[in-house]
Amino acid sequence: MSEIIKSGRVQADEWTVLRLAEGDDPAAVALPAGRVIVPLAVWLARRDALHAQAEAGVLGVWLAGNEDPAVLAGDLSALALIAVDFPKFADGRGYSIATLLRTRHGYGGELRAIGDVLRDQFFFLLRCGFSVLQPREGKYSAAQLEAALASLRDFSEPYQGAVDRPEPLFRRQPRTPLHKEAA
Amino acid sequence: MYQYDEYDQRIVDERVAQFADQTRRYLAGELSEDEFRPLRLQNGLYIQRHAPMLRIAVPYGNLNSTQLRTLGHIARTYDRGYGHITTRQNIQFNWPRLEDVPEILDLLAKVQMHAIQTSGNCIRNVTSDPFAGVAPDEHVDPRPWCEILRQWSTFHPEFAFLPRKFKIAVNGAREDRAVIQVHDIGLDIVRNAAGEQGFRVLVGGGLGRTPIIGEEVAAFVPWQQILNYCEAVLRVYNLHGRRDNAYKARIKILVKALGVTEFARQVEEEFAHLKDGPSTLTQAEIDRVASRFNDPVLSALEADAGYRAQLVADKAFAAWARRSVRGHRVAGYASVVLSLKPYGVAPGDLTAEQFDAVADLADRYAFGEVRSTHEQNIVLASVREADLHQLWQDARAIGLATPNIGLLTDIIACPGGDFCALANAKSIPIANAIQDRFDDLDHLFDIGELEINISGCMNACGHHHVGHIGILGVDKNGAEFYQVTVGGEQGNQAALGKVIGPSFAAAEMPDVISSLINNYIDNRQDDERFIDTVRRIGVESFKTRVYAERSARQQAGESAHV
Ligand code: HEM
Ligand code: SF4
Repeated sequence: MSEIIKSGRVQADEWTVLRLAEGDDPAAVALPAGRVIVPLAVWLARRDALHAQAEAGVLGVWLAGNEDPAVLAGDLSALALIAVDFPKFADGRGYSIATLLRTRHGYGGELRAIGDVLRDQFFFLLRCGFSVLQPREGKYSAAQLEAALASLRDFSEPYQGAVDRPEPLFRRQPRTPLHKEAA
Repeated sequence: MYQYDEYDQRIVDERVAQFADQTRRYLAGELSEDEFRPLRLQNGLYIQRHAPMLRIAVPYGNLNSTQLRTLGHIARTYDRGYGHITTRQNIQFNWPRLEDVPEILDLLAKVQMHAIQTSGNCIRNVTSDPFAGVAPDEHVDPRPWCEILRQWSTFHPEFAFLPRKFKIAVNGAREDRAVIQVHDIGLDIVRNAAGEQGFRVLVGGGLGRTPIIGEEVAAFVPWQQILNYCEAVLRVYNLHGRRDNAYKARIKILVKALGVTEFARQVEEEFAHLKDGPSTLTQAEIDRVASRFNDPVLSALEADAGYRAQLVADKAFAAWARRSVRGHRVAGYASVVLSLKPYGVAPGDLTAEQFDAVADLADRYAFGEVRSTHEQNIVLASVREADLHQLWQDARAIGLATPNIGLLTDIIACPGGDFCALANAKSIPIANAIQDRFDDLDHLFDIGELEINISGCMNACGHHHVGHIGILGVDKNGAEFYQVTVGGEQGNQAALGKVIGPSFAAAEMPDVISSLINNYIDNRQDDERFIDTVRRIGVESFKTRVYAERSARQQAGESAHV
């Protein structure tokens, strides 16, 4: 069982992420028992069959970096969990995908970062609307994850608006002009 | 210049703490090399040929004397006594130790400086006109806009891991001195037919392996919307820019692949959602940022009779003034360019003592401020005419008054093979050899305005494509060779130079430049500049001359050996 960061705490997690192997047929691949996050292809191929599980909160969908979140626009009310995969931490498409899900499509459920999710990106991930951070299993020890919670607060008053704080600093806080003296 | 408020300071302080912890974890083996690399790059820290290289942000080239003294201290304490001004107006140190970097960043934070996003695949330091705020041909001061963009882009969470680096430049004058056409986003402050202020937006310019002049994606974006519009551009790029090949990952490649019309359409579509959103700017915010620049309030002075008399009486002073002194929007004041191109020194280098001395000059003559330029020189923006003669003497005493600004020996060069691990060839010795060849001042003045730009490899850090004469280091069977282009230009007429033919050995380079210059002198009309002659008669005759004289030299060399 992997550990995740959720609501500012390290927690045990009971979801399984299904990744298709080479040659797996999305329409037919067997789903593991229990709570499962399926690839978008599986969801699209079997939406009707999986709808009830999604509504019951035991099935979620994950998007790859090249997948357009707009294809889920009609399903958002049914989905309690969407994940976005980071194949490499330096691949930043997931930040825009998350932002679009939250702002453009109004998704309000759990949004999870999966894949190469590293502590030094936690702050940016949260700002873009991720509510759960799931580093690869075994990537961090429990103690390291606890220590990493500090990274969530690296910057107390960021300049620009993002999903977590939509207003930029100049709208959130009174910032003072400087008064000139004659030279 | 811009004065931090408590929020600006807090963000920089928090960054220092964050990076100190990251470095500690890296040195303790908790962070892998691959994981640490983008973190250190986003703090300007490269690992280079000899040691790490630390690039410090100089936002749109603005520095004050306190900051200069800190840079001098860093050069003395953590480096080998010098620093280097880059073609993006930043400062680089070539010899700091990784272990010392957190401490250096801490010193910088104390004087409102940092190294945030000076490297890495993120939005880099915003650059602009070194004469911003004082240039006579300026319609809008670009600095507050640069600062607004700096704040917006600093730790922008959505755009910290772009496909590739991203550079923004802003121009607010008639003559573009910020090379906006070779930036990922070039912003030109304009007015529309109704007289409202906004931005003409160019996208997809860049040099490097695939040099491209940026194309207009929007003729007019109202100023209130500029962050929303930039966000739309960045989002389209972040989602669709190539990530499979670092050489094809810049936004220019995406714009070319989609075509500018389709690219602009996608941006418009994204912008339609962002328009009027929370990032929309207000007049109050613009005014607040502008107020924090704390510029000296200058009132017009009588034209200084002493200055005119000194120009007549002192020929050396007049020669310097002709190259280094520029008009100012307030009567009785001038802007001054200090040359970092004395002969025999790496272009753009400043010693620790010079950092301190420039700080003193700034305090004495220029309200405590200086600007770095992308030509790798230093500008004192506002100097009283009455002080110019004394300033010149003081600058001369510290080696910063070579009267060559804008002339052949004011060469732009990247660090090249002496420092850079990616280099095919050295840049600095070539610059110095050319300077040696053209050491006669009268000859130099006669040749007139000319830009020579040198890069040690196709990454084009020395902007060779836009030099009137461009020199590119290439590898020929393991030997250092140089390819020459002619006809490049920066500014409003930005153009990419054309390669004249097969490359040359290092030792040939001064002769090659001589051939080009002689061809210009033989063909020029009236007071045509080198680049004007190239435009009028074409590159062909330059090419013919260079290779004809080269063959003659080779034959002479052979017969000498017989
Ligand atoms: C010594 C360490 C340096 C390294 C390893 C380095 C590396 C690179 C690389 C790889 C690129 C190409 C990036 C691309 O096209 O995507 C590049 C571009 C550039 N570098 Fe450097 N550089 C170094 C130093 C400098 C210095 C000292 C300057 C300023 C004098 C500089 C200014 C630039 C500029 C302006 C570009 C952009 C050219 C463009 O528009 O594409 N670099 N650099
Ligand atoms: S142009 Fe090439 S050699 Fe010169 S600094 Fe850039 S990467 Fe290094």
